[in-house]
Order: sequence, then C-alpha cells, then structure tokens
Amino acid sequence: MESQANKLAFNDGWQYAPAPESTDHIRIDEKYDLFIGGEFVAPEEGRYFETINPANEKTLSSVALANEADIDRAVKAARKAYNGPWSKMKASERGKYIFRIARMLQERAREFATIETLDGGKPIRESRDIDIPLAAAHFFYYAGWADKLAYAFPGRDTRSLGVAAQIIPWNFPLLMASWKIAPALACGNTVVLKPAETTPLTAMKLAELIQDAGLPPGVVNIVTGAGATGATMVNHPDVDKIAFTGSTSVGRIIRKSLAGTNKKYTLELGGKAANVIFEDAAIDQAVEGIINGIFFNQGHVCCAGSRLLVQESVADEVIDKLRERMETLIIGDPMDKNTDIGAINSAEQLETIQSYLKIGQDEGAEMYQSSCDVPGSGYWCRPTIFTGVSQSNRIVQEEIFGPVLAIQTFRTLEEGLTKANNTPYGLSGGVWTDKGAKIFKMTQSMRAGVIWANTFNKFDPTSPFGGYKESGVGREGGLHGLDAYVKVEV
Amino acid sequence: MAEASARVPVEKTYKIYIGGKFPRTESGRYFLLQDPKGAVIANICRGSRKDFRNAVVAARGAFAGWSAATAYLRGQILYRIAEMLEGRHDQFVAELVLQGVSKRKAKKEVDATVDRLIYYAGWADKYQQVFSSVNPVNSSHFNFSVLEPTGVVSMLVPDDSGLLGLVSNIAPAIVGGNTCVVLASESMPLCAISFAEVLHASDVPAGVVNILTGFREELTTQFASHMDVNAVVFCDSEVGVAKSIHIEAADNMKRVISRVDTRWTDDSAQSPYFVRDTQETKTTWHPIGG
Repeated sequence: MESQANKLAFNDGWQYAPAPESTDHIRIDEKYDLFIGGEFVAPEEGRYFETINPANEKTLSSVALANEADIDRAVKAARKAYNGPWSKMKASERGKYIFRIARMLQERAREFATIETLDGGKPIRESRDIDIPLAAAHFFYYAGWADKLAYAFPGRDTRSLGVAAQIIPWNFPLLMASWKIAPALACGNTVVLKPAETTPLTAMKLAELIQDAGLPPGVVNIVTGAGATGATMVNHPDVDKIAFTGSTSVGRIIRKSLAGTNKKYTLELGGKAANVIFEDAAIDQAVEGIINGIFFNQGHVCCAGSRLLVQESVADEVIDKLRERMETLIIGDPMDKNTDIGAINSAEQLETIQSYLKIGQDEGAEMYQSSCDVPGSGYWCRPTIFTGVSQSNRIVQEEIFGPVLAIQTFRTLEEGLTKANNTPYGLSGGVWTDKGAKIFKMTQSMRAGVIWANTFNKFDPTSPFGGYKESGVGREGGLHGLDAYVKVEV
Repeated sequence: MAEASARVPVEKTYKIYIGGKFPRTESGRYFLLQDPKGAVIANICRGSRKDFRNAVVAARGAFAGWSAATAYLRGQILYRIAEMLEGRHDQFVAELVLQGVSKRKAKKEVDATVDRLIYYAGWADKYQQVFSSVNPVNSSHFNFSVLEPTGVVSMLVPDDSGLLGLVSNIAPAIVGGNTCVVLASESMPLCAISFAEVLHASDVPAGVVNILTGFREELTTQFASHMDVNAVVFCDSEVGVAKSIHIEAADNMKRVISRVDTRWTDDSAQSPYFVRDTQETKTTWHPIGG
C-alpha cells in the first residue's frame, strides 16, 4: 500500500519510557463521611462502601452510604442555608464565594487530577488537561453571573428555586460536579450533590475545599451512595429542583417520580452521536476527530462519536487510516502521562461493553480491535470498531458507553443526514467537510444539541450543552444553563 | 313554522383538520353541541386515537419544510392568518355567541385573537436574536447557540377560551417552526374548526396545524404518550390529569409545557418566552484556523 512508505511507525522503533504521575503530593483519607451543613458527619447507619482504582482493583478509600435520614439531614441543612445566609446575601458577594472555589481548585488542580485518575481510571493527561481545568473554569464562569442575572432573561425577573438535588455520573466526576454546583449557586440556590458510587473521591475533596473556602455551612452538601440514595434525593418533598446526568432509562424513572410535584428538572441523558465524514474532508484531521470522538475517556462520554458515517468514496481510506491510528494508541496505566486510553470505570461497565461486543458480532457485524496488550489486573477494553453494521443493529441504536465505534457508509448528503438522525437520541453530532455551505446544511439539519464541525468533543463553560429528543431536557453551560436554576417570573 | 317563501339557511358541517384536508373522524363518531337552551348547534366529530395518529404523521411530514421556511416567510404567514381572521370577524363573534359567550366578550375575544397573531407575526424574525448567543470559548473555535424548533407539538388547549386560548397556543409554536396537533375546546369547538378554514386560506402549509375535536378524557393519554411527538402543551387539566401527562410524556422525553392558570385575555398570555417553550438550543463549534 502506497501510504505505508510514509507511515510513521512510532510503536516499532521507539519505546516510550514510563512517565507516571507521582502520588506523593496527594492525600486520600481512609474513609469519608458525609458533608452536611459544613461538617463531615458519620452516616446514620454507620455503613460505608469501598471505592477502588479500576486500573488495579485496589481499594483507595471508603465512603459513607447515605440513607433516607442522612438525605433528610442534608436537605434540611441546604434549606436552612437557603433561608438563612444564601438567599439573603448580596448577589455580588455570593459570586465572590464561587470565584473563590474556582481559584482554590486551580491551586489544588494537580491533586484533584491525580485522584480523579486513580478513582475513575481515566488517563492522567485528560484529568490534568481537561477535567480539572474545565471544572475550575466552570466555577469561574458562573461566579460572574451571580449579580448579572437580570441581563440573561430579557424583560423578565427571575428568582432562585431553593434546594437543588444533583446526581452526577462517573465519567467526568469533578467536572460534572462543577456543571451542577456552579450555576445552582450563582442563581442563589443551595445544593445536595451525590457523586457516582464508583467515583466519589474528588467530590469529597471538593467538599474539603468548600469547607476551606469558608462557604456558609449547608450551601453545598455532598452525600455518597448508589441508586437508592439518589432516588431518596429525587423523592424528598423539600427539594425544589432535580439535576441529573446519566442514562435515559434512569431519566425516565426520575421524570415519572417527579410527576405531580412542582419540582423543576434538567436531565442530561444518553447519546449515540454520528460523526459524519464527507469525501471532501481533510481526511487525516477527520481520522483524528474520529479517534478523539470515540476513544476519549475510554468512550465513557454521553456525547461520544460512537457512530461513524463515512462517505462511500473514501470509506476504505478512512477505515484503513483509522486502523493504523488505533494501533498507535497507548492503552494502560492511567497514571502514565503517555497513556491514551485508561481503564474502564468498573467491572459492571466492562461487562456491559463486552455484552455489546457480543451483540455486535451476533448481529453479523465485523469486529476489529487494536492489537495492543492490556494489563493483567484492572478493567480494560481494546479500542474496537465494527464494520458491516446496519441502521437497525443494536450497536447502532443503543448507547454502549465504551471504546466501541459502529461504522456505516453513505452516498449522498441526504442519506448521511437521514442515518445520522435515525436514533432516539439527539445529544451531539459531528461533520467533517471542507465546504462551508455543506457544514451549515449539516449542522442545521442534524437533530442534536451540540454539533462539532471539523472538530469533536470540545467543551467550554460558556457553551450550552444538552440534548434533543431522548437525550434529555434542558441545557447546562453558558447563558442558557442559567435557566435550569431560576424561576422566570411571568 | 317558516313561511313558504322563507329561505332555508345552509348549515355548516364541522369537520376536523388533518394534513390540510377536512375529513370526518375516521371513527364515524360524533357528539352533539347544544346551545344554552339545549337546541342542537352541530354534530361535532368525536375524534379517535387513529385520527390523532394520522394527524401526527401529517405534522411530522410538514416539519422539515416548515422549520426550514425563512423567519420572514413565517412572519408573513402569521400576519396573513390575522388578516383572514379579521375579515371573518363577524362569523367568529357569532360562533362564540352561539356557544354562550356574550356579544361584548365575543367581540373582544376575536379582536384580541387578531392582535395576538399580529404580535407573534412580529416575533418571527426577532426571538432568535433575543435568545441566541455567540459563546466566547477558551480555545480557537467559533461557537454559537441558536434556537431550533422542538418538532411536533401536541396541544390540549383551554376549554373555556374557544378561540383566543386556541390561537394563543398555536401561534407561538408555529411561528418558531414547529408543527402541531391540537385538541380543540370540548365545550366550545366551533371556532377551532372555523379557524382551520382561516389557516387553510393563509398559505399555512398542509400539516403544520392539525385540529381535532373530541373528548379530552379519551384523548389526553394519546397526546401525552405518542412516541413521535416532541412536546405536549396543556392548559387546564386537573392536578391528577397533569400528573398522568407528565408520566406518559416521560417515555420519549417529551417536553411538557404547562400553561395552567393563564389569563388568555391578559397581555401576560403573550411573550417570546412562549415561543422559547417549544424551542431547543443547538450549539455549533468550528475551529478557527488558516
């Protein structure tokens, strides 16, 4: 093959020396209590559960299992803080507390990044360069809104909602905490936040930071537990707002349990984004975009480009280059700064992914995985692509939440568009072409909340994020993200 | 009773409005609309679930074209609807009176309806500018957020405001590029069907607005649960019904818009925020480079 001659064979002649991030600068306690009313308090039942490092299955710490009484205590603390200092405080002063969180996060960024990677399995490069800086930026962005809300809702007054119960996933633990907490506080609410059960540690470190920042007690409460704890939060009668990021199936359950209440909700749910590559795209850049789209964070990304739609005339070229590029991906120790793909977040998620690998093959698709070795302990999945899939295949319609790409081809723009839109989801999409008019045609016609053109998986505090159709309700980020945390007066 | 030479008036058959046509309900069922004294005014189609499904198909089919129509065109069509309604002012007053509204109130309601259409006609090419944003991201990308219509909207419009309540819900949805399926007021359905005739004469593309008559109790579940409907609007449901609408709507993450307790004659019943209710925010990124 012609391109072979020019291929840069990094993995053959070159070896990467190990470049592990050190852990001597971090502190992880043996166990974490619940952060309620500005203090760390033991759970009522005295039960704790372990959180492990998915890259080696070793226990990192234990966190409290909150029950109904604990949630009630947290909601009461949040209500007290809301009625007391927080809703009475001058908005500009409220903002200054949020700025303070942003600055302290920047100061402690290295510790947060290290713990995020240990607890969740994502490459340190991503925690360090994406998750933690973005989380700090999110607080910094919303801090400034606190005293400017009148400009966000032209012609209308707004008021805060009260107590927000916030439930976040394990794929971007601290970042999702910041997406939830920052706008809620800026709009004058108080919060009870629950991190995912497999990734509670950076949320508990955030609790420490918030305590150190001197926020009035009860403004932010952080509780730990699994699904049952989350359900208790959703159903607590004194909660005014539910913010949830997670699966569409849990989103449905939440909506049904909220029916008949006046609780406001925002739901950021699943996705099955199409990354659409036209023949006139810059192919090498597009291949990088495909790689980033599906293998970023092991594919544990709700907006991941998990479907590749490639124009038939360039399909062979794109798929060849994709396979070549997959071979160069380094999978392994998430703490190594050279690692591209870290550990799958949990045994349970690995099982889900593996079940889809089987489903894909059973449906008749052809599976290709990169040939890399994976470590002996921990949870791992090689970068995987499926070709020969059809629109109705489950691996095309359902969210896998792993490093698994389903590849389809198309001939005309209309066919590509129809296929791109043909799932129940509508969170994100990508389009790659050098033609401006085609970009706008595609970005306008793809039914999804975030569209990346000639790029993918970019995030920013100023940029609203959220889904169409079954990918959720409401937006997070940007001016539009404020709407989730205020009542707009008639 | 009538003298031999008197002319017998021609009465109108009130039918439903689906995909730009006026069929009878496929079910062949009807219910009687009577005036306050019990005299029969009309046989009204008792629309069925299948009528609703047909209407959703029509609305979905019309969505691509209507949502892509320019804001200027949508504004002109809204204005055209107002013109057509103004021209048939007396007919609508008469229909409202026939259904028990006082002449004075009826006249006010028709006036307010025309004005409401003009109000939204004017928003067609402006709400986007009010609610959009260019987002100053911390990287070399151009990033902007715009509103796009949610899709097909089902509407349970107010029972006690047969014309104004109907139009106050249809107008903000369609001016934003949505298509809709509406269940008319059950106790005052006449104006809804006559309004369909107004729409029909106003260059509103077939399927953009579909209007059914029928029983609220029978059809509410369908309006809330249909998997190809993107949003449901309801206006005067009891708490229990509202709860079931929320439950039914959850399966396909339908947006639920409650306009309970709205005073339709009031200025507070019109707003660009009503347009925004059935809009999605789409954010687009593109690199900036050489």
